[in-house]
Amino acid sequence: MRIVVCIKQVPDTTEVRLDPKTNTLIRDGVPSIINPDDKAGIEAALLLKEKVEGSMVMVVCMGPPQADIALREALAMGCDDAILLTDKAFGGSDTWATASIIASALKKLEFDVIITGRQAIDGDTAQVGPQIAEHLGIPQVSYAEKIEVKEDKLVIWRQFEDRYHIIKVGMPCLITALSELAKPRYMSTGGIVDAYHTKKVRTWSYEDVRNTLDTANMGLKGSPTRVTKSFTKEAKGTGVVLKDITEDEAVAAMMAKLKEKHII
Amino acid sequence: MIGFTLSKEQILQRQLFREFAEQEIKPIASQMDEEEKFSMVLLKKLQKYGMMGIPYDKKYGGAGSDILTYALCIEELSKIDGSTGVTVSVHTSLCCSCINDFANETQKEKYLHPLVESSKTGCFGLTEPGAGTDASGQKTTAVLDGDFYLLNGQKVFTTNSGFADIFIIFALTNPSKGTRGISAFIVERGTPGMEVSKDIPRMGIRAASNAEIALIDARVHKDNLIGTEGLGYKIAMSALAGGRIGIGAQAVGIAQGAIDEAVKYVKERKQFGKRISQFQNTQFKLAELQTKVDAARLMVWRAAVTKDNHENFAVAAAMCKYYASEVANDVTRACVQLLGGYGYTREYPVERMHRDAKITEIYEGTSEAMKMIISGSMKIN
Repeated sequence: MRIVVCIKQVPDTTEVRLDPKTNTLIRDGVPSIINPDDKAGIEAALLLKEKVEGSMVMVVCMGPPQADIALREALAMGCDDAILLTDKAFGGSDTWATASIIASALKKLEFDVIITGRQAIDGDTAQVGPQIAEHLGIPQVSYAEKIEVKEDKLVIWRQFEDRYHIIKVGMPCLITALSELAKPRYMSTGGIVDAYHTKKVRTWSYEDVRNTLDTANMGLKGSPTRVTKSFTKEAKGTGVVLKDITEDEAVAAMMAKLKEKHII
Repeated sequence: MIGFTLSKEQILQRQLFREFAEQEIKPIASQMDEEEKFSMVLLKKLQKYGMMGIPYDKKYGGAGSDILTYALCIEELSKIDGSTGVTVSVHTSLCCSCINDFANETQKEKYLHPLVESSKTGCFGLTEPGAGTDASGQKTTAVLDGDFYLLNGQKVFTTNSGFADIFIIFALTNPSKGTRGISAFIVERGTPGMEVSKDIPRMGIRAASNAEIALIDARVHKDNLIGTEGLGYKIAMSALAGGRIGIGAQAVGIAQGAIDEAVKYVKERKQFGKRISQFQNTQFKLAELQTKVDAARLMVWRAAVTKDNHENFAVAAAMCKYYASEVANDVTRACVQLLGGYGYTREYPVERMHRDAKITEIYEGTSEAMKMIISGSMKIN
């Protein structure tokens, strides 16, 4: 099985602080990490590789040259091959342009399964994975919390709020992974040595994907998203929690509260 | 290392060590200290992720990395738990290096391979009740009897001995020759005639195993002699010189761990209507401590890079061990003070760090022994 995992390097948002005066993010000194859902995707891919003999895992990342370290980390975890999509022309891409560029690279590769994370912790759009599938014209299953191999198909547990769907899908297909899908393994010291000395990160620029990519779909100019305004959410109070009451009592309590605030 | 910057590979290695220490060691460090027992589950994990064979060749199952990376590992582990730091350090720098640097290919395949590929653990038995800093006062003997040496004597303060599989034991094959009569042997756990006592209760690094070894006609095959007869003292001194880089890194780690805890605490603790981090006394004290730790770290890195470059590193290693261990003691004491009464309790890890720091001035050569090496290199007398 040929598995491709698409990853993003993101600022570790648990380390990001707000400047109390300007209400903007302080990005200085914030470490960059592999997006957590994507890392779970890497682990899921490595588990599939261990299950299906003769498999290989390739990892693809679009980003600045510094994203090399994210790919080395994936190689050190056990991925076999890595491609860094980097070009100034790709800068400023929104989810549409990003998915177009990544899909243009994937069109040049052989694959049975593509795994992406559900969403990135810096943008939280959850759009790039599904958009890649649309660009490639392959089936997609999002919010995967479990993947099994059944003969030549995959069976995927797709998470819903109060249940999950069990979906059987043919290959090639694209899966978006939840963090719950798999707890990522650590790198190993020997794996890191291999990641820098025996394995390679191939760098692809616009030139390498030009015949599969429409320039109208890349970079800032190819991005239909426009940010009109950004603002900091005001913190709300903790609210009132009513415990150990019946449904009728809950309804009565809510009605009383709404009336008290003159909402109804 | 180029200049004072780690390579990208070393930065990624440090990220691994940091994540591992935070997630796998931090939750159990205090408990291991209280129970005075090293977790065998943790040992297996250290082995699994390649932390027990960092600077050794992939040919033998090692990570194929360098001494500086090994020092980064010991620092990161020791930031969270000094006991884990010394367990990895003794295994790597003392036991494995004797075999890697002096043993023959057959011995390396048989013993180094499982040690660095991570299925076995090693220890190093040089110190005796009457032979500490003066290692030449060895009393343990080895007498050849057919194909076997019969070892008789006693070793103390042998780190890792409680669970180690492979012991490097030093013994006199020719007592009349003094240090030139000392030889080094690879002894497997379970060898008839070798008994390992219970761990010796200690002030710090209480989770690390540290026991006495009694040798009564312990039969060791002559194939397990490392190098030739009489080479033992040279092997021991060489291993200890490298080991000091590990202990220097351990001391830096303990000190940095204490600073990290103190910084976290002073940002939260309020007295006189302010967070104590707002007092300049706190800020200046932490600035002093961090400067000392950075200086010690640079000395450890210099010694490590010197060894990686195959240059003579003995003096640089002695200096880094001497300085870093004194810094670790000063810094941990000051950090307990910054936490005040809470720092003295077992609710916070700084008291453990303070206790753990003391031994770094003693083992693998006391501060006084380090000064002998350093002053010796200065051609003063």
